[in-house]
Amino acid sequence: MLHTIVTSVPELLKAGIQYTIPLALISFFFGLILAVLTAVVKLMPKPGHKLPKLGWRILQAIFAFYVWLFRSTPLLVQLFIIFFGLPNAGIELPAFLAAVVTFSLNTGAYASETIRASISSIPNDQWEAAYTLGMKRPQILMRIIFPQAMRIAIPPLSNSFIGLVKDTSLASSITILEMFTVSQQITAKNYEPLLMYTIVAAIYAIFCSVLTYLQHYLEKRTSKYLSKDGAHH
Amino acid sequence: MITLEHVDKKYIEHHALKDVSLDFPKNETTVIIGPSGSGKSTLLRAINLLELPEKGHLKFDDLDIDFSQPISSKQQFQLRRKSGMVFQNWNLFPHLTVLQNITEGPRAVLKQSKTVAENAAKKLLELVGLPDTANRYPNQLSGGQQQRISICRALAMQPEYLLLDEPTSALDPELEIQVLRVLKDLAAQKQSMIVVTHNMEFARLVADRIVFFEDGQAIYNGASKAFFDHPEGRIKAFLEAISLESDEAADSNLS
Ligand SMILES: Nc1ncnc2c1ncn2[C@@H]1O[C@H](COP(=O)(O)OP(=O)(O)OP(=O)(O)O)[C@@H](O)[C@H]1O
Ligand SMILES: [Mg+2]
Repeated sequence: MLHTIVTSVPELLKAGIQYTIPLALISFFFGLILAVLTAVVKLMPKPGHKLPKLGWRILQAIFAFYVWLFRSTPLLVQLFIIFFGLPNAGIELPAFLAAVVTFSLNTGAYASETIRASISSIPNDQWEAAYTLGMKRPQILMRIIFPQAMRIAIPPLSNSFIGLVKDTSLASSITILEMFTVSQQITAKNYEPLLMYTIVAAIYAIFCSVLTYLQHYLEKRTSKYLSKDGAHH
Repeated sequence: MITLEHVDKKYIEHHALKDVSLDFPKNETTVIIGPSGSGKSTLLRAINLLELPEKGHLKFDDLDIDFSQPISSKQQFQLRRKSGMVFQNWNLFPHLTVLQNITEGPRAVLKQSKTVAENAAKKLLELVGLPDTANRYPNQLSGGQQQRISICRALAMQPEYLLLDEPTSALDPELEIQVLRVLKDLAAQKQSMIVVTHNMEFARLVADRIVFFEDGQAIYNGASKAFFDHPEGRIKAFLEAISLESDEAADSNLS
């Protein structure tokens, strides 16, 4: 048993570092950008000065459709459509890219709701105070609202990220050699499914624990201004 | 000079401003008083375009805003550059230090350098008697201190007019005094101000002019002295209603 562990763990970790972690990080990065974009489009119902009203509404409808689509279909099915299905429509993506695209779109759809809710939770007073200083909407979002909304968004976004790390195991079904795929391959050779899948589960758990620790650190940092003391810098 | 002409604002179920025409002279302190719900906040917020009346004009020096037309963001910006707003609950930015709160406007809007903005902010902090709070967060200050910081934040933009909506209503009496002293100093320096307040002592001591507002209309608009010395009709009733003293005592006190 010890032998199995000693030989398989390095292999699994290698797959984790090569595929699981990059897949999660890259997808979360793009997912977040997409989420912020979606949330901002959704939250700007005020008559836009730049875009004509109709154009704005169409844009909002597109984003709303996107969120609906990705939240109401299973991730595995999305992965299959993008990797196995799209070639039929002439769009052929390499497995890793297909996974990044799917995970990004999926994460973006969920996280957009988190971000929208956290932006809405900032009292209107803050907008008004910034408006009266003469600040413009994008400036207010960047300088006043986002920094405060972030504190509220961190716990649910961490949830999404941890979920994403585990969901990367679905990429095994589209030929990507991430950790779970590798654990299956090793099992096929040593016939020790209980041990192998327990080991891989433990590695996922370790990854996610590190993320939880990171979440607590970020929460503390972004809540610094709420403490009654020790905020001098 | 700020001038309102025939300004009219209806909320869904309430006619908040009824054809209001008023002017607010420069370098003077105008105090707006009146019963709760009479439209004072609506009026003050309209001057900063936080509320948009449906009709009427808002003239600010050479700027003329027609409320019946869509207001361009340029007009909106020009107008807000000329006035600073102080809120009842101060509305400081909680994630920024005191110094950052004050320099935020100058840096983001006026594009001042950090040094220039911070030096000006430090002078303002001295002015309101809080020179040692620069690196604290709003959460670590008392309400009275926070309100004084929010006055600094507004002053840092060097507004022509300072608009204050019940700046001391959320404060305990001794904290209220700290804030009112700052306003009294500003009035003495001829800072143009429009103040909504329920504090009659402040109105009596500091106001050059009084606007008495009731049911969406300005019933009185004139010198402060005449308002308190010879109150009549509705104004007399209002002053008596908010006074603890008996009629006679109130009369002798006012003369
Ligand atoms: N957003 C709104 N929607 C509907 N009605 C409103 C709204 N804001 C204010 N009102 C109504 O308009 C009237 C004037 O309100 P406003 O806040 O200007 O009064 P105020 O004189 O400032 O009162 P107070 O002294 O209590 O602050 C009130 O009757 C209020 O209920
Ligand atoms: Mg009010």
